[in-house]
Amino acid sequence: MTVTDEATAGAAPEIGKERRRKEDQRLITGRTRWTDNMVLPGMLHLAMVRSPYAHARITSIDTAEAKAMPNVVTVLTGADLADEQGSLPNAWMATPEQVAPPHPSVAVDTVAFAGEVVAVVVARSAAEARDAADLVDVDYEELPAVLDLKRADAGDVLAHPDLGTNLSAHYVYDSVDDSTGGSVEEAIAEARESGILLEREYRQQRLIPAFMEPRSICVDPTGEQLVVHTSTQVPHFVRVFIALVLGIPESKVRVIAPDVGGGFGGKLQFTPEEVLTVIAARHTGKPCKYTETRSESLMAAHHGRDQWQKLTLAAGKDGTVTGLKVELLANMGAYLGLVTSYIPMLGARMYNGIYKFPAYRFECRNLFTNTTWTDAYRGAGRPEATFAIERIMDELAAEVGVDPLEIRKRNWITHEEFPFDTVAGLTYDSGNYEAATDKATALFGYEELRAEQQRRRDAKDPVQLGIGVSTFTEMCGLAPSRWLGEQGYVGGGWEHAVVRMLPTGKVEVLIGTSPHGQGHETAFSQIVADRLGVPFEDVEVLHGDTQVSARGLDTYGSRSLSVGGMAVLAAADKVVDKAKTLAAHLMEASTEDLQFEAGRFTVRGTEKGMGLGEIAFEVFHGHNVPEHLESTLDADATHDPDDFSYPHGTHLCALEVDTETGGIKLRKYVSVDDVGTIVNPLIVSGQLHGGIVQGLAQALWEEAVHDESGTLVSASFVDYLVPTAADTISFENEHTVTPATTNQLGVKGVGEAGTIASTPAVVNAVVDALRPFGVNDVRMPCTPERVYKAIHARDGAGTGGAPTVGAAGPHFDQSDTADRSAGADSTDRPGDDNGSSL
Amino acid sequence: MTVDGASYTDDVEPRMLLVHYLRERLGKTGTVVGCDTSNCGACTVHLDGRSVKSCNVLAVQVDGGEVTTIEGLSQGGELHPMQAAFHECHALQCGFCTPGMIMQAIDVLNDNPKPTEEQIREGLEGNLCRCTGYHNIVRAVQAASGQTAVPAAIEESA
Repeated sequence: MTVTDEATAGAAPEIGKERRRKEDQRLITGRTRWTDNMVLPGMLHLAMVRSPYAHARITSIDTAEAKAMPNVVTVLTGADLADEQGSLPNAWMATPEQVAPPHPSVAVDTVAFAGEVVAVVVARSAAEARDAADLVDVDYEELPAVLDLKRADAGDVLAHPDLGTNLSAHYVYDSVDDSTGGSVEEAIAEARESGILLEREYRQQRLIPAFMEPRSICVDPTGEQLVVHTSTQVPHFVRVFIALVLGIPESKVRVIAPDVGGGFGGKLQFTPEEVLTVIAARHTGKPCKYTETRSESLMAAHHGRDQWQKLTLAAGKDGTVTGLKVELLANMGAYLGLVTSYIPMLGARMYNGIYKFPAYRFECRNLFTNTTWTDAYRGAGRPEATFAIERIMDELAAEVGVDPLEIRKRNWITHEEFPFDTVAGLTYDSGNYEAATDKATALFGYEELRAEQQRRRDAKDPVQLGIGVSTFTEMCGLAPSRWLGEQGYVGGGWEHAVVRMLPTGKVEVLIGTSPHGQGHETAFSQIVADRLGVPFEDVEVLHGDTQVSARGLDTYGSRSLSVGGMAVLAAADKVVDKAKTLAAHLMEASTEDLQFEAGRFTVRGTEKGMGLGEIAFEVFHGHNVPEHLESTLDADATHDPDDFSYPHGTHLCALEVDTETGGIKLRKYVSVDDVGTIVNPLIVSGQLHGGIVQGLAQALWEEAVHDESGTLVSASFVDYLVPTAADTISFENEHTVTPATTNQLGVKGVGEAGTIASTPAVVNAVVDALRPFGVNDVRMPCTPERVYKAIHARDGAGTGGAPTVGAAGPHFDQSDTADRSAGADSTDRPGDDNGSSL
Repeated sequence: MTVDGASYTDDVEPRMLLVHYLRERLGKTGTVVGCDTSNCGACTVHLDGRSVKSCNVLAVQVDGGEVTTIEGLSQGGELHPMQAAFHECHALQCGFCTPGMIMQAIDVLNDNPKPTEEQIREGLEGNLCRCTGYHNIVRAVQAASGQTAVPAAIEESA
């Protein structure tokens, strides 16, 4: 222990250090354990037969030819499994009156989206399984499909005729009911009379999480416990739901999330493929593995966003907001997954953003369509809310005729006003929007870029400059269990950790969160190293195996550090407490005379001292442990957060729009985020970079597009445009630090911040560039085509000149340039909703 | 064929892709499959000294060829400079794209030892990463090329 003591005594705290990640070594050398790497004796492989139709009745399935193929073990259909498969769970009711159809893993008699599993082929190799899947002959009787969200709301075609409605739930939050504010209708009436009233409708296009590792499941039924390896964010959920859905005793199920290649909410799910792989393994008695192809992943793994957002903003003539009304249509897709139904409501408390609004009303209609079901995608409800409020605040600035930053200053919560009770019923604990914004504008060179923008406008430069502002906050650290219960969630929001002292002085930390790229092994080691005074290298963080880390609620919602980190902290403190009692006994001193510093107990006023590692060895052999004490230092802790945390920040984007082509070029991107105390700046910056690019991608490139028959046409990386290195730029990221007061570490959460903030910053910049053309919106993704159409919505307006007559070229077939996004029917062309406010 | 310095002889189905041969026959699971349209680059390896997407090459085409995967990069326990740079610059998070990204990044520097940021970005265009936003990947390639572009914030640290 002398070495330990010397290494840590007087050393700088680990929290705050840019530690290189412990995870990296295996990942950069290819020693990684992905689920698809698993090979077990006699292992069988699955291939799924999926419906090509969005809505159809299955009239017959002929599996004879597939079964006759060499090395095919069995083919399972919905008819075979109807009594056994149960229904996939929805864990979060939007309202107590919510309705939903049963959610089978394999369709029994009807399919409700293209990509739904209709049969499972089990064979000795993956290639043979796929070959045989092509030979499963399924007859369908096509039924009318509803794909468009507004059409679904009209209700003339039903996604599930048996349900009798497309409306799953209608959720309302009103500040009058919650006694948090006044009446929105009164504010609107007053604004119509004597103020400013803005009505806007925004489209949150459907996105696909597109984690890089396709999902994979490997189930070994040969031991006492069914061992399920799965590429998931939520191994603990998967274990519980295997037990609940399939009736297998939970104690007979072990779930392991080994190395997991990204999730972004996309692996926060209990999937049909997990159920079917478990069933196949139980039917055959052999280990079974299923790994999806990328096309299957894009088509059938859950999607995200997909909302229409109608906002009514009431303000005084000076731009002081007096009320906000939000009316959403939210696309559930064909079924309710784990938290599908509550995703829009995670934004319900956030549409007021960082502002002091006196009246607020939020309504959401959850609607079924014959499309892949939606669920969590990075930010989950909060990016949608932030986008809408930050977009319309820019519109308000334009209406008042002031800079977008000025309109924000007139409405935001000032730093003296924290803690602040919001109109949406939350209490923001801390923040300093002024400081973050001042720092961001300085870093950005805001004034200079505004001057350049003016020069380009004056010169009628074909390349115009747009400057976009986004000042956001979000609720992180899901979540106080009590709050979740009030909101209709079946689970809790606590987190669990165990700290074990090994006889050699090394430390094992078992965490209930389940990282898949976030660097928990590194960050939690830093926390424990500080708390126990042991070297960073001596801490080993274990996770993702329900037999190792038995209790936990996994990783999503920027919760791992603010909730899981607190459990780690509490467990470490208990270890110190236990060690203190023993140290007092071993050194024949009173606990009051002991002090603990840098991993060592010393007796005040004496030379006596003992390191934590020495005490760990004492409890290992137990020779001198008094009878009334347990011979262990190990401790566990469960932490249930008191409240959310509220990171915030100011993101600024400058981009160039070529008004002759509609092309956009990113010029500069600056963020100043306040995520509270920073444990590892390197990891925080990485989360921001990746988050910003996912938000940029929504603004500029990505969209899940279905054709008129409900086939996902963006079902490969050829068509679903995940950005490349060449599409993006380097960022400038800085921080302000206002520690959270809702947890002892002072941390707030950073996993979703970039994604939440960047989308409105980019679209605000695009619209800002085009305001002289009378443009006040461009629908996402802001493709060159949409930008071009927006510019030319008013012929000859501004400096754009007359539009090109006819098609751009003979290869440019009109049918190929149609806007196929959901809801983009004749009344909602991007060009049509432009140019109304100026 | 030779893979990471060792010689292998196998009969394979004509349709077997190099990536499947590496993973399933040789257990070289460091090389991964991320898509089915050769867009993502996660399976990138070196074939006779040049980067290829191993999902786009049939195993039989490599008869007599020399393949290097991520698992053959480090020599004598020493990380390849590109591996070290990825670690130093925090150029990976989930790590799924990382093997392919590192192999491609090495190829970029083989072509052009002192690329500009733009040249690096273009050189990596065929490899998708969903976690990092590419920011730190670009920094890592700049660092590995010996250009003084490692961000100050990173240099300061322990």
